[in-house]
Amino acid sequence: MIGQIHSLESFGTVDGPGIRYVVFFQGCPMRCLYCHNPDSQAVGKGTQMSADEILKKANSVREFLRNGGITATGGEPLMQPEFLLELFKKAKTEYNFHTCLDTSGICYNDKNRELYTQILKYTDLVMLDIKHIEPTEHIKLTSQKIDAVLNFARFVSENDTPIWIRHVLVPGITQNDEQLYKLGRFIGTLKTLKAVDVLPYHDMAKSKYESLNIPYPLPDTPIPTKEDVIKARETILSGVKDTLKEY
Amino acid sequence: MMNNTNVPEWEGFVTGRWCEEEIDVREFIQLNYTPYEGDDSFLADATDNTKKLWDQVMTFMKREREAGGVLDMDTEVVSTITSHGAGYINKDIEKIVGLQTDKPLKRSLQPFGGIRMAEGACESYGYKVSPEISEIFTKYRKTHNQGVFDIYTPEMRLARKSAIITGLPDAYGRGRIIGDYRRIALYGIDRLIIDKKKQKAQLDGEMTEDKMRLREELQEQINALGEMKELGEIYGYDISRPAKNAQEAVQWLYFGYLSAVKQQNGAAMSIGRTSTFLDIYIERDIKNGVITEAEAQELIDHFVMKLRMVKFARTPEYNSLFSGDPTWVTESIGGMGTDGRPLVTKNSFRYLHTLSNLGPAPEPNLTVLWSTRLPEGFKGFCAKMSIKTSSVQYENDDMMRDIHGDDYAIACCVSSMVVGKEMQFFGARANLAKCLLYAINGGVDERLKVQVGPKYRKCEGEYLDYDDVMEKFEDMQEWLAGLYVNTLNCIHYMHDKYCYESAQMALHDMEVKRYFATGIAGLSVVADSLSAIKYAKVRPIRDENGVCVDFDIEGDFPKYGNNDDRVDKMAVELVHGFMDKIRKHHTYRNGIPTMSILTITSNVVYGKKTGNTPDGRKMGEPLAPGANPMHGRDCCGAVASLSSVAKLPFKDAQDGISNTFSIVPGALGKDDAVFNGELDLDKLKNS
Repeated sequence: MIGQIHSLESFGTVDGPGIRYVVFFQGCPMRCLYCHNPDSQAVGKGTQMSADEILKKANSVREFLRNGGITATGGEPLMQPEFLLELFKKAKTEYNFHTCLDTSGICYNDKNRELYTQILKYTDLVMLDIKHIEPTEHIKLTSQKIDAVLNFARFVSENDTPIWIRHVLVPGITQNDEQLYKLGRFIGTLKTLKAVDVLPYHDMAKSKYESLNIPYPLPDTPIPTKEDVIKARETILSGVKDTLKEY
Repeated sequence: MMNNTNVPEWEGFVTGRWCEEEIDVREFIQLNYTPYEGDDSFLADATDNTKKLWDQVMTFMKREREAGGVLDMDTEVVSTITSHGAGYINKDIEKIVGLQTDKPLKRSLQPFGGIRMAEGACESYGYKVSPEISEIFTKYRKTHNQGVFDIYTPEMRLARKSAIITGLPDAYGRGRIIGDYRRIALYGIDRLIIDKKKQKAQLDGEMTEDKMRLREELQEQINALGEMKELGEIYGYDISRPAKNAQEAVQWLYFGYLSAVKQQNGAAMSIGRTSTFLDIYIERDIKNGVITEAEAQELIDHFVMKLRMVKFARTPEYNSLFSGDPTWVTESIGGMGTDGRPLVTKNSFRYLHTLSNLGPAPEPNLTVLWSTRLPEGFKGFCAKMSIKTSSVQYENDDMMRDIHGDDYAIACCVSSMVVGKEMQFFGARANLAKCLLYAINGGVDERLKVQVGPKYRKCEGEYLDYDDVMEKFEDMQEWLAGLYVNTLNCIHYMHDKYCYESAQMALHDMEVKRYFATGIAGLSVVADSLSAIKYAKVRPIRDENGVCVDFDIEGDFPKYGNNDDRVDKMAVELVHGFMDKIRKHHTYRNGIPTMSILTITSNVVYGKKTGNTPDGRKMGEPLAPGANPMHGRDCCGAVASLSSVAKLPFKDAQDGISNTFSIVPGALGKDDAVFNGELDLDKLKNS
C-alpha cells in the first residue's frame, strides 16, 4: 500500500515523548487559521511512499529513537486510515517502535469505528489536538464541526489508549479563561488522559503562506508569552481537577 | 612497608592493598566510596564567605579585562614550585589557599618551554622579561624550543612553515599530562618519596641510556616532591603526612595541582578525576560531625574558585590557535565502575553545583563521563545544569571504560588516560586536506609554490581521475605520516630533556604507559573532495607552473554528513588508513600511537593556510571543526549528520573524535515550565 507523505523528520523532539521519527501525512480536511503547515492541507499531493520505505529509514537511526519512537502527524493521518494502520502495525510488530498518533480526530464517525479500533490496537499514544471547545468558535477557527473530535476523544478513552491533549493558545481566539476552563472540564472526563500540552501560537509559517500565495489569516495576532502559556495550562488543569472531583 | 594501623589519618577507612603494599588510589576509592543515587535536594547554597570571596575574584577578573586581558606579569622570577611566597585573595576567609605567584592573576614567567614565547607573551602586553633572565635562557640554559630546532631537519622546518603539520608543541609546553594529585592527600609526600626512592634503587646494574634517563627523572621527581612539601610550608601546612580531614584533602590535592601549574605552562593542564575521591573524606567528616553540608560545599566552591584563577602568559598567536586563553582544567565527573556501581557521589553533585553558586564558567572544564546506566537523579541534575548554565561537557564513559577501566580521566577536551598510570605525548595535527593537494601537485605547496613534499608525479589530464588521485594520495600520506611521527619524536625527546614535567610525573607510577598522540585536520574536506572526484567531474585549474590552484566541479556528489555510505565510507577509510600509516613508525619511548579528529577552534587557522580544495571549498575558508561535516553541506537533519560521524572507528581515533553541534533550545524539546511530561491525576485531584 502507498501513502501520500508530505515529509519526514529524523529528529523530532516536540511531537511526543523522546526523540521521534516524524511522518508528516499529506492532506487535511481542517482549515485552521493558524495552520503552520498549509502546504500539507491539499489532498493528493506529496510523495508516494510505502510503509516499509518509511520504517526502513526510521530503523536506520533507531539508536537515537530509543526513548522515543515514530509519530504520525500531518496533515491529518486519519485521512489515510488504511495506510496508517499498515504503518503502525508494521512499526509495532516488525520493528517494535513506540507509536504516536497526532490527530485532530475530525475524521471519526460510526462507519470507520471498526477500522479505528484496529489502528488503536497498534497505537501507544494518541495526541489529540482540540482546537476550541465552543462549537461555534470551533467552526470559525477550523471550518469544521467539533462533534467528531469529542466523539473521537471518548472513543480513544474507552479503548484504553493513553491520550495527551494538545491545545494551541491563540490570543484573541483560544486565550480565554472560560474556554480554557471548559476544555479542562471536558478532558477531565477522559479516563486515559495522561498529559496536557499547551502550544503557544507562532507566526513562523508566514513565509510558507507567502510562497503559496495565500494571504496570511492572522496578520495581527501577537505571540503569547511563556507566562500566558503557563497560566492557560493552569486554567485548563483547574477544569480537569474540578471534573475529577465529581467522580 | 607502612603499617596502616599507625596512620591516624586513615582512621575509619576500609583497608586493603592500597595501605599496605602499593600506591593504589583506585582501590582506596573502590573500598571506601559511597555511591549516591538520589537527587540534588541536599545541596547547599554559597556561604556568605564564598559570596564575598567570589566577589573579590570577580573584581580582579574585571580589572584584568579592563587592562586588556592581563592584570600583571612576572618578569623577574622564573616560576618553580617554590619560586614565590604565599599569595592570597582574602587570607581570613579562604578555605583553600595557594596562588601561582604572590598576587591574584599575576601571570608567572615560564621560560623552559621556550624563552622567545615567554618574551613574546610579555611584550604583547607591554612587559619586558628581565635582560638577565633572557640572557640565562639564551646563553646558559637551553630550552625545549632551542633543543627541537637544533635537531629539526630542513624538511621538518619546511613542513612546519607550510603548515601541513601544524600547532606543534615545539615552542611551548605540551601539557596533556594529569598528575594523580589525589596521592598527596591519601599518602602524604613522605610516603611518595619513599616509594620513588625505592623505584630508583631498583634501577642499578648495567647503565643503559634508558636506565640513566629514568634514574635522572626519578631524582627530578623526588626533588619535585620535596619542593611540594616546601610549597605547603610556605602556606603553613605540613603535607608530608596524609590529609586528616576533608579540608586538608582538598588542600593537599590542590597543592599538587598548583605545583604542576607553577612548573608547566602546558597546552592543557587537567586536574583528573577528583570528586568521588574527595567525597570519601567529606562523608567521613559529615558522619563524624566535623563539617556540615554547607561547609563541604564551601570547600568545593573555594577549590573551584582557585581552578578558575589559573592563568598563563601566552602570546596572541597562541591564543588565536586556541581561540582564547584556555587552560583546560578538565575535571572528569561520574561514570560507572567496572563492578556496575555508579561512581557518582554527592561530591559529583557539589562540583556541578559550583556553576550555580559561582555562576557559569568555561573553567574548570567540568566533564561528565556519561553512561546510560548513571543514576536517574544524577542524569536529571546534569540536564538541569546544562540547561541552566551551558557549561557541562559530556563524554562517552561506556566506550572509554572498555579501554581504560574506571579510573581514567580526560586531559584537555577528549584525551582519555588512566590517572597516574598513563600519560600522553601531545602531537597537534597533520592537515590531510593539504596532503591531498600535495598528492595532486606532486608535493608542491599550493600557497608557497615551493616543493615541500617529495617530488612525486603530479595528477595530469583535464579531469581528476579517482583511481589516479587515490594512488598518489596514498603515497603522499605515507610520506606525511613518517615525517609527522618523526617530527613529534624530536619534540618529545627535547621536551623530556629540557622541560620535564617532574611534578606531574612524580604523581605517576614509574612504569607509565605513554600514548603517542597524533591528530588530523580536514577530514570532511578530504572526504567530500574524494567524493567529488569520484561522483562528479572535477577539472583542475592550473597556474603558469602547472600547479592546481583551483577546481571546477561539474555535477553533484554525495557529501559527508548525510548518512550516505558512498562518501561516509571514504571518511572511515581515511581515518583507518592514516592511523595505520602512523602505526608503521618508531615512536619515542615506545609510545602507543593514537589519533584524534578534534580541532575545535584551530580549524579556522588551518583553513587560512590551505588552498582551494576539490570539494569546492575556497582558499582561506575554515576547515570544518573536528569530524564535523563541512558547514552547510548536511541537508538531511541532525540525526543523519550525527550518524555519519558515528561511523568513524573509535579504535583508529582513540584520542578522541569531536563533533561541534549547535541547536536552538526550542528544537531540543519543550520548556519544562510549559510542559514537563505526564500528569499525576491523583495528585491533581487531591491538590
